Amino acid sequence: MRKSLFMVLSSILLILGGQAAFSGGHSVTLDDVKARGNLLCGVSTGAPGFATVDDSGKDVGFDVDYCRALAAAIFGDPMAVKFVGLTSAVRFTALAAGEVDILARNTTWTYSRDTDLKQTFLGVNYYDGQGFMVKKDLGVNSTLELDGATVCIQVGTTTELNLADYFKENGMSYEPVPTADNAESQQQYLAGACDTYTTDASALHGTRVNLENPDDHLVLPEIISKEPLGPLVRHGDDNWADIGRWVLNALIIAEEKGITKSNIDSWKDTKDAEIHRLLGTGDDDILAMVGLPKNAMYNAIKAGGNYGEIFENNLGATSGINIERGVNASWTKGGILYSPPFR
Amino acid sequence: MKASAPPKSESFKLSMLLSDTRYRGTSLQVITFIIFVAVFFWLVDNTIKNLALLGKDVSFNFLFLRAGYDINQRLIPYTSDSTHGRAAFVGILNTLLVALVGCLFATILGLFVGILRLSKNWLVAKLMSIYIEGFRNVPVLLWIVMIFALLTEFTPAPKAFKGADPQATMLLFDSIAITNRGTYFPAPIFGEGSFWLLLSFILSVIIVIFIRKNANKQKKETGKSFPTFWISVLIIILPTLGFYFLLGKPISLEYPYLKGFNFKDGIHLRNSFLALTLALALYTSAFIAEIVRAGILAISKGQSEAAASLGLRPNKIMNLIILPQALRIIVPPLISNYLNLTKNSSLAIAVGYMDVRGTLGGITLNQTGRELESMLLLMGFYLCVSLLISSVINYYNRSFQIVVR
Repeated sequence: MRKSLFMVLSSILLILGGQAAFSGGHSVTLDDVKARGNLLCGVSTGAPGFATVDDSGKDVGFDVDYCRALAAAIFGDPMAVKFVGLTSAVRFTALAAGEVDILARNTTWTYSRDTDLKQTFLGVNYYDGQGFMVKKDLGVNSTLELDGATVCIQVGTTTELNLADYFKENGMSYEPVPTADNAESQQQYLAGACDTYTTDASALHGTRVNLENPDDHLVLPEIISKEPLGPLVRHGDDNWADIGRWVLNALIIAEEKGITKSNIDSWKDTKDAEIHRLLGTGDDDILAMVGLPKNAMYNAIKAGGNYGEIFENNLGATSGINIERGVNASWTKGGILYSPPFR
Repeated sequence: MKASAPPKSESFKLSMLLSDTRYRGTSLQVITFIIFVAVFFWLVDNTIKNLALLGKDVSFNFLFLRAGYDINQRLIPYTSDSTHGRAAFVGILNTLLVALVGCLFATILGLFVGILRLSKNWLVAKLMSIYIEGFRNVPVLLWIVMIFALLTEFTPAPKAFKGADPQATMLLFDSIAITNRGTYFPAPIFGEGSFWLLLSFILSVIIVIFIRKNANKQKKETGKSFPTFWISVLIIILPTLGFYFLLGKPISLEYPYLKGFNFKDGIHLRNSFLALTLALALYTSAFIAEIVRAGILAISKGQSEAAASLGLRPNKIMNLIILPQALRIIVPPLISNYLNLTKNSSLAIAVGYMDVRGTLGGITLNQTGRELESMLLLMGFYLCVSLLISSVINYYNRSFQIVVR
């Protein structure tokens, strides 16, 4: 059981682990990552669009591409990442115990996770919400018709809590069928052991297109919660958090500015000073402040393209999942994706 | 010690603590104890320091906070507004339920299989060997997942029971529904007067026990056996049936019926519970069967031959001569199998059964981030339950061991 193994491992690490001293100024985690020669990135064990393995055995997905960009920023090599598949139940323990350097596992940013679980969220890379998927022949068109339904739900998620609150608010009853991960939920749902499967709407869309007959299934229109997803690191190493946060911001700024994977080399003569700072083509070397090479963000964007390209390749039309950008569009295009200035 | 204690003279040197056999044993024990205590304190200290570095403290206050999640199988009232502590308790009861039902089935099944494996009937003996080897040599987790998959994939969904010409029908006069979400049984409803009915039933049982004891006593004294089976059956059934109609049918059955998405009412045994209990019982019964076989084989052949020469029938030989002696050998290793079953029940998470590992050690741990506290509580719980089980069975074991005078 992978889950128990992690619990044990992390407990042992907590008990025996050397007393790593976090200090300001430079990042201990960055030093560890550099010494190791690769980045340990915690991802989902299989969420289509976010983190899966393709036919050739390569890790692909929205979260995967973020980690590749981060690895490219540090090493100049997007492949210098080791992906660690984590179920929703073990992810925080694994991060706290240092089994991964960063968690990019479509994780919702909440107050208690930020404070009580002692984690630092680096930003929001996907504004999501919880939805429900049903089989069309169930004849249900709204979540409010789900009174008495059996619901497949991944344990240890915010969706589990939203589900309880939503059904209670609306005076409906339900029977939860707890599952370990997306794959198990999907199997239970297909076998008819539950009437509906609930999780983040993006994951539902991703799951639906990979089903045998996607048209037999329906993602209900209601979104019952706010699920801002983003990468996170453990408390205590602010410099490491800064690095992760600004790699994410760099990808978002690149889309704003129109810098893409293919045209990234054509900006040398631009008059936009922010682009020079971002790509390291100017005189200032502001990335030295966080211990990264001058062309770190250039490498990060070069790895998988800007935010828009990563979205399109993994979740948008190119991927076949066909999720609209919606609120996840750049603020310049009517969305709420907005990065602080790179200065 | 007094005799060997050295007189306080110059002859005692510090090195004698290790070299002198009079002191060596004690001093080595003292040294080991000091090292043990030191390592223990170092571990605790290091843990607390590491937790402090992560900005975490050790606190059990989370047990009194609102849990916020729902649990499907609840033996006591519980809602998402209840506390994490209560959620843990719901989980504990679920664990104990699986352990109890599992141990019961495993024992009955193991006893039968173990005895049948010694059968002179070639086919029966071989079939039992296959059963034992099959279950004993495959990890129990695989059996749990396998049975669960069978239960969910090959049973009809509740929807199949709908319509004028349904694909699936309920069994036994529309009282039992087997679905891929579990099996629904009629539930008893205790109406007015059911107390008196139960009382009369319990009284009949007490009378039967008394009669049987008396018959046993008579048999031991006179050697004549009094058949009590039919008398017992009559004493239990007749008054109960009489009272049942006299009191106007106080106990009725509540049948499950299809409403909306699922069956309503009745007793709902979820597939997760069925799969877990069944797999654990089948798996453990294979071990128990081997213990039973070993216990029976350990009784010397002369015993059964002597019994046979007295003219006892084979089943009497087994019940009166062999089993009572074999039990003395069987019970001690039985304890460890009960403990194994109880601890193996923590694999429940594989099929989403909400035992204590699933509530306290799963969802609560995850939502609160209290890994260390939750794990310590879990370990404490399993430790207590295991010690309790072994002490109860040890007590039982002592009651029929040969009394040494």
